[in-house]
Amino acid sequence: MNAEPELESPHDDSRRTFLKQSSVLTAMALVPSPVVTAAAAELDEKVAAAFEKVPLSLKVNGTKHKLKVEPRTTLLDLLREQLHLTGTKKGCDYGQCGACTVHVDGQRVNSCLSFAVMHDGQEITTIEGLAKGDELHPMQEAFVKHDGFQCGYCTPGQIMSAVACVREGHAGSEGEIREYMSGNICRCGAYSNIVAAIQDVKQGGQKV
Amino acid sequence: MNQFQYVRATKSQGAIDAVAKDPQAKFIAGGTNLVDLMKRGIMTPQKLVDINRLPLAKIERQDNGLRLGALALNSTVANDALVRQHQPLLALALNAGASPQLRNMATVGGNMLQRTRCSYFYDLTMPCNKREPGTGCGALEGINRMHAIFGASDKCIAVHPSDMSVALVALDATVLVSGSKGDRRIAFADFHRLPGDTPEKDTNLEAGELITAVDIPDGPFTKHVHYQKVRERASYAFALVSTAAALDLDGNTIKAARLAMGGVAHKPWRLTAAEQSLVGQPATEASFRRAAEVAMQGAKAFKHNAYKLKLGPNTIVQALRTAAAA
Repeated sequence: MNAEPELESPHDDSRRTFLKQSSVLTAMALVPSPVVTAAAAELDEKVAAAFEKVPLSLKVNGTKHKLKVEPRTTLLDLLREQLHLTGTKKGCDYGQCGACTVHVDGQRVNSCLSFAVMHDGQEITTIEGLAKGDELHPMQEAFVKHDGFQCGYCTPGQIMSAVACVREGHAGSEGEIREYMSGNICRCGAYSNIVAAIQDVKQGGQKV
Repeated sequence: MNQFQYVRATKSQGAIDAVAKDPQAKFIAGGTNLVDLMKRGIMTPQKLVDINRLPLAKIERQDNGLRLGALALNSTVANDALVRQHQPLLALALNAGASPQLRNMATVGGNMLQRTRCSYFYDLTMPCNKREPGTGCGALEGINRMHAIFGASDKCIAVHPSDMSVALVALDATVLVSGSKGDRRIAFADFHRLPGDTPEKDTNLEAGELITAVDIPDGPFTKHVHYQKVRERASYAFALVSTAAALDLDGNTIKAARLAMGGVAHKPWRLTAAEQSLVGQPATEASFRRAAEVAMQGAKAFKHNAYKLKLGPNTIVQALRTAAAA
């Protein structure tokens, strides 16, 4: 679903938009800071024009990053394309499959449905942030032990969601686990083993 | 996705002014529906005003009810002790919607402003009066098994997708909004609208108006409540039909009742006549069945959704039966 404007199309007013934005850009070239604080005095807003990259501070898996992103960059694309953390997967890209699940300030979210710029100052944990060196996280261990995957594509999202499911206190029974893991789809159908892995971690009482 | 200007608002008035003066601007909160629609090119705002930093996320006890800040997350509201104590029906409806990840992102205000999931609205190659006024309604003669049985027009037969809103309309909630002309209160039942000749308008919000909170008055519906949602898989799917039911019982006699349906109309569908039919009646299968018959008066099916004429009343009976036993 690439909606890049076709700048050459005479039937498309995106060319006009482009020209309009170009002149805005030219004007902005005179401004030293990439962040235009236009009207900041009365509105107290930060403003970024369409083609402008916005400064963004994020802590990802414990590491602080100072980044610049286009406003339309999703958190998922930022993680994969700019930070090269490709453990987080792009499945449907529409919030329907859960493969992109990460934790933002400790809460599980779909990183594909969120613009990165909206997370300025927040702390992100991805699948790469769970293990401590060579020591796997208990949920990762349990997925291996219970064969909680086949092709593995949904697995990072499943594990991030599973960790949150236990932390939230929603792993009390098989039924509750299935309900609270429903945002993560597995096309291989490894569900029963995923449930077993989560139950194992929950019953083991390890700190997740 | 189209490029857009990004504005981070730190004051409500700044956000309202930014959207009120620019028809191409939109507020963004959780973004779970808007980002989806932007990726598909269905909505193409030129400016997004990020309202997530506004101080509108509190859940507070008021004199005669609860006030939910517009930015309170769906998961926060569903798990809130005050909500569970005073309005358990709302918690049930919220937990029936979306997935845990989405409920961690979606806000109260954004949930109400969800667009329809009608497949013709979502398909840019198809006609849709809601997406592009004047192009016609693809669903009217098309695949309309998910569509409305109440209040549709020949311009649009789409349904509103929110579960939360079904509970809020049943609970007589009020929406608080701020705009450039000041603040106003909108009864929840008047917030969403029927499609008529202008299905492009989902709600009665004016341009630039910002939802700031939702008030829910205290009521007797703290025990006998249920949200029955029927969908094509056990979880994480939109409703074919849903029913929010709340009963106030004196022994086995119904003192008061609230009923609303989802998945049947362009707005959450309050069933006041059916509620009235229950008052003073015993909480029995026969009373519930009669209320369901009253509720379905005026229902009209299209080619592929006639099943809702049976599923609707059965869902109402099931919701009332479970609520009475709760």
